[in-house]
Amino acid sequence: MVEPIIKIRDLHTQYGDKKVLKGINLDIYPYETFVILGRSGCGKSTLLRHLIGLQKPTQGYIYIKDNNFVTASEKEKNDILKNIGMLFQSSALFNSMTVGDNVALPLREHTPQPDSTIKIMTRMKLGLVGLSGFENFMPAELSGGMKKRAALARALAMDPEILFCDEPSAGLDPIVAVGIDNLILKLKKAFKMTIVVVTHELESVFVIADRIALLHEGEFIFVGTKDEMRRSEVPVVRQFLQRAPDEDDMDKDKFLNSLIGG
Amino acid sequence: MKKTFEKAGQGFVEFTVHLARISSLSVRSLFWIFIAPFRGKKLRWHLTFVQMVRIGVNSVLIVGIISFCVGLIIAMQAAYQLERFGASIYVADLVGVSMTRELGPLITAIVIAGRSGSAIAAEIGTMKVAEEIDALETMALNPIGYLIVPRTLAMIIVLPCLTVLADLIGITGGFVLAVVNLKLPFIAYFNQTADAILFKDFITGLIKSFFFAIIIAQIGAYQGFSVTGGAEGVGKSTTASVVSSIFLIIFADLLFTMLFYSTL
Repeated sequence: MVEPIIKIRDLHTQYGDKKVLKGINLDIYPYETFVILGRSGCGKSTLLRHLIGLQKPTQGYIYIKDNNFVTASEKEKNDILKNIGMLFQSSALFNSMTVGDNVALPLREHTPQPDSTIKIMTRMKLGLVGLSGFENFMPAELSGGMKKRAALARALAMDPEILFCDEPSAGLDPIVAVGIDNLILKLKKAFKMTIVVVTHELESVFVIADRIALLHEGEFIFVGTKDEMRRSEVPVVRQFLQRAPDEDDMDKDKFLNSLIGG
Repeated sequence: MKKTFEKAGQGFVEFTVHLARISSLSVRSLFWIFIAPFRGKKLRWHLTFVQMVRIGVNSVLIVGIISFCVGLIIAMQAAYQLERFGASIYVADLVGVSMTRELGPLITAIVIAGRSGSAIAAEIGTMKVAEEIDALETMALNPIGYLIVPRTLAMIIVLPCLTVLADLIGITGGFVLAVVNLKLPFIAYFNQTADAILFKDFITGLIKSFFFAIIIAQIGAYQGFSVTGGAEGVGKSTTASVVSSIFLIIFADLLFTMLFYSTL
């Protein structure tokens, strides 16, 4: 039996009185592409922020390669983070630096390599995502899809074991979005990497995923493979797959009362 | 009545929270600057130099012009009073001492708070809105070490330098007025100024500017980090950084002047 690379145990988070995550348990195994699917506001962004250490959960644990991420000290946390790449939804490239410097930054800060080596490594990473020759461009000069690619190159700079992607194809036109999906597939084959993708876009889910989890109101209501998902009888899963809207269950009296503030 | 008290109480609580957070941020940044380097953490000098150019070199002209004008102004005000007693030569003392002890550091700090403190707040605020700060953290880079320390260090180095410049140019301003308008002899004014300014006047000014530098950089950084929302939030924080750092500069100046007045 393979040990999971990421273990989430009984994870709770609440903002004030609002419970966002209600006791999540999840195992993610090495070298799989795991997609966390969910509607807007279901808590998937919060979960991702816990997984990359930007926010502490109210309760519960996250183990990444057997290191407890929640209770880790600053130094232990940084050691874990060096093994993690993160692709942000907004790309989050440093706008004051060239694309090349963006990719080179983690290498410059965390490796003792001389600058000439780092330059070559930077070019290699940019070549990998199809951006050869763009190292002297500023992020503002790139299109949305190219920014995503550059951000992906930066996330891969340290050859991470785990890559997290937040909505990789959000805000891109369908053709560019498919390009990003294919790129993720290509990278998965090229590197031995565990990829965790958070998204709500069904098209890309069925292209890239090995396993899928559906987060609904702070709980996983489905975890399984693509085929299992297609066959699933869980109502919310069916609703998601059929892209059915919520039923409007507000009755007339309630609506009237809400209008007059009663 | 109850509401007024409630509001005042709330305001006080918010103020205390802000103060506690700024202090905690300052303690951490100063730890990174003065203690961490002795424990094997590198200071990022390349980033610091970039900031020194932005904060320091690029504001030489504006600081120079303003302090020249201020020198002229004090000289005129002093001459207006002193001429009546036939004591015009003491314009040199007044300009020299008030520039080095008080106005050099204060004017420089206010100009830099408006120019560079706001820039720090806007830059860090924009980075926060664009998830760049989050990106830094996920790359295992501490935003304090990477963003605030270089700016604070640059400010601590550059502000006293600019203050020395402002002192000199301000005194020159007074000098120009004395020679051209009051017809005082060049050498007499020079000697009078040299006698009037003591070393301690100069040093107290520099001590002030060291603390002003910390105030400007920390308030700018704090306001930048506390940006919420989008462009509007950045605008609000930038304004707040200028207002609160000028307030704190003047308040700190008052404390230091009281201290130096009673002891030195």
